[in-house]
Amino acid sequence: MFGDYSISDLGAILAMQGFAGLILFSVYVLMALGLAIIFGQMGVINMAHGEFMILGAYVTWMTSNAVQHVAPWLFPGYFFIAMILAFIASGALGMLVEWALIRHLYKRPLDTLLATWGLSLILQQAYRSIFGAREVGVELPEWMMGSWQATDSIQIPINGMFVMALTMLITIAVAYVLFWSSWGKQVRAVVQNRVMAGAVGINTEKVDRYTFGLGCGIAGVAGSAFTMIGSTGPTAGQLYIVDTFLVVVFGGAASLFGTIASAFSISQTQSTLEFFLSGSMAKVITLLTIVAILMVRPQGLFALKVRK
Amino acid sequence: MSDETKPGLKSPLRRKLLMGMAALPAVSMLGRPAFADVPATSAVNTTGLAVTDSEVTVGILHSVTGTMAISETGSVEAEKLAIEQINAAGGVLGRKIKFIQEDGASDWPTFAEKAKKLLVNDKCAAVMGCWTSASRKAVLPVFEQYNGMLYYPTFYEGLEQSKNVIYTGQEATQQIIAGLDWVNKTKGAKSFYLLGSDYIWPRTSNKIARKHIENHLQGCKVVGEEYFPLGSTQFNSVINKIKLTKPDVIYAIIVGGSNVAFYKQLKAAGIDLSKQTLLTISVTEDEIDGIGGENIAGAYACMKYFQSLDNQNNKAFVPAFKKMWGEKTVIGDVTQAAYLGPWLWKLTVEKAGSFDIDKIAAASPGVEFKGAPEGYVRIHENHHLWSKTRVGRAKADGQYELIYETADLVEPDPFPKGYQ
Repeated sequence: MFGDYSISDLGAILAMQGFAGLILFSVYVLMALGLAIIFGQMGVINMAHGEFMILGAYVTWMTSNAVQHVAPWLFPGYFFIAMILAFIASGALGMLVEWALIRHLYKRPLDTLLATWGLSLILQQAYRSIFGAREVGVELPEWMMGSWQATDSIQIPINGMFVMALTMLITIAVAYVLFWSSWGKQVRAVVQNRVMAGAVGINTEKVDRYTFGLGCGIAGVAGSAFTMIGSTGPTAGQLYIVDTFLVVVFGGAASLFGTIASAFSISQTQSTLEFFLSGSMAKVITLLTIVAILMVRPQGLFALKVRK
Repeated sequence: MSDETKPGLKSPLRRKLLMGMAALPAVSMLGRPAFADVPATSAVNTTGLAVTDSEVTVGILHSVTGTMAISETGSVEAEKLAIEQINAAGGVLGRKIKFIQEDGASDWPTFAEKAKKLLVNDKCAAVMGCWTSASRKAVLPVFEQYNGMLYYPTFYEGLEQSKNVIYTGQEATQQIIAGLDWVNKTKGAKSFYLLGSDYIWPRTSNKIARKHIENHLQGCKVVGEEYFPLGSTQFNSVINKIKLTKPDVIYAIIVGGSNVAFYKQLKAAGIDLSKQTLLTISVTEDEIDGIGGENIAGAYACMKYFQSLDNQNNKAFVPAFKKMWGEKTVIGDVTQAAYLGPWLWKLTVEKAGSFDIDKIAAASPGVEFKGAPEGYVRIHENHHLWSKTRVGRAKADGQYELIYETADLVEPDPFPKGYQ
């Protein structure tokens, strides 16, 4: 297929394709981070993850509308406000859900799957009733659209770079919180031994609530960011849920590093295959490869060594 | 209502009472001469449909929950508007239309079940419904078994024809061929990149498009053809391939949430639709709402209706629709086709002089609707519509600007020879 193209053409495509892979990687990491925290640290299978993301997207949409009406001069920067609000809204909803639903199910982790699936249906219908069944279009400030002309023939999407930067920032923040802050130590202590953590004076209920809230909040930020590249509708969350679980499970449930490594390998395989084959075939081959690897290594790429 | 007494009521007192009762409606009839033409129910309904002297029941069967609610909401709204307008104009054969709405919930077995309910329990005289081909395929055996009548609004892949269905949207060749001819002639397009979501409609449509490009357009070729799973949100790789192959035309049949992702990423990747020709058959004004007009401005769409059409019918239709459903609602091709359903049914019933399904099916060919917002339509013998095909160009405000329309009505050809 390359016979007709000049070397510089191919070089430019190679560079852009590399960026396409990196952007996909960032998207995967951002999608999966919130779930990795909840699944990895608490063992809760949150099927409503996509709906928490879409709450973030709707918050972004409302912020965009409000800013355009109330303070148009703020519009170029509204996205940052929207992301903070999305984090707060999804996080608050997450804490509420943890209090009302999840905390009763810690002893029955598989049941969380069913409960959160039900929750996802309830949330979808709630969005449909509140915001209408149709998709909403989120308007972006001018500077976030279009592409950056690196050379004559290389164009890099600005929103893609934005997602990359955001992902890096959030990953670093999460790593810092979990591994270096005293609250992170509490979280990890509760994961390893709940009874003992309680005995040394850690308020395990509170830790659970905030962990769940943090995971959902990050989902909200992801949803907010994805208004740049995807759709916002009551059921749009379903578009992300399969890929998200794939990344988390493939990476090894309890490992943040595993999630990142898995997002990287899946996204690179996917985008390379997509270039040489068609979109559907790329997906099929990626999924088959993952299934094959998981058969050999059911615990995922990186499993935490825990004494059982 | 007549003053025949039923056999078996022999007592003179009962007869007197009955005659008195029969006279009551006769009194009220005096002020409403229109009622004089109302044919007796026994004459217009010989198969036990839900038709009374004053009412006729039809069904509305769409998804108002689940993923398809995004698309089907507009159809439900249009059908309700049409029913309300028909009732205001005196109903069908003097009977007011009452509708029973069921939710297909974006789930094909549910569609079949609800279709059965509407036909068997509710005895609906007609059903306006379905959107995806999958839902239509699911209900088709039900309509054929219980002899119902379905008015199906969506443009679709063709390859189907049933006595029990009237297809009010375009079948694939109507929508595709005129558009390709136009882009070839006016833009001098020679190379095409075909894209689609991975299911029957885009695949069949692209197959027709490919045959037409390769066999009927001089010196034209397809430089790429690709499909993406429904719900895909990542298109950067294919966009790079498009940049590499530099086709004259991107021919896109992407649907649902993927649509939004595709156009946003296309714009972000620096493909300027005012320079790169993109022709789609899957983006109506409804979809633009989600995509954002600024992301798709400049793209061409080929279908039969745009909200901006400048004709008398449409100038009445658009304000009526907005009055009923809100100033911000938009009207896409399928919404307009759904609006045709109740009207075509009314006209057919009046032509047949009967609600009986067999008589409607037989009377349908040749029925013409001059009040159609798209202009004028007529039912073909194959139960599809003769209609014009139009090309519009998307503007940043989310509306299409009409660029081209076929001079004549395009004949529906659900089983196109040489295209399969």
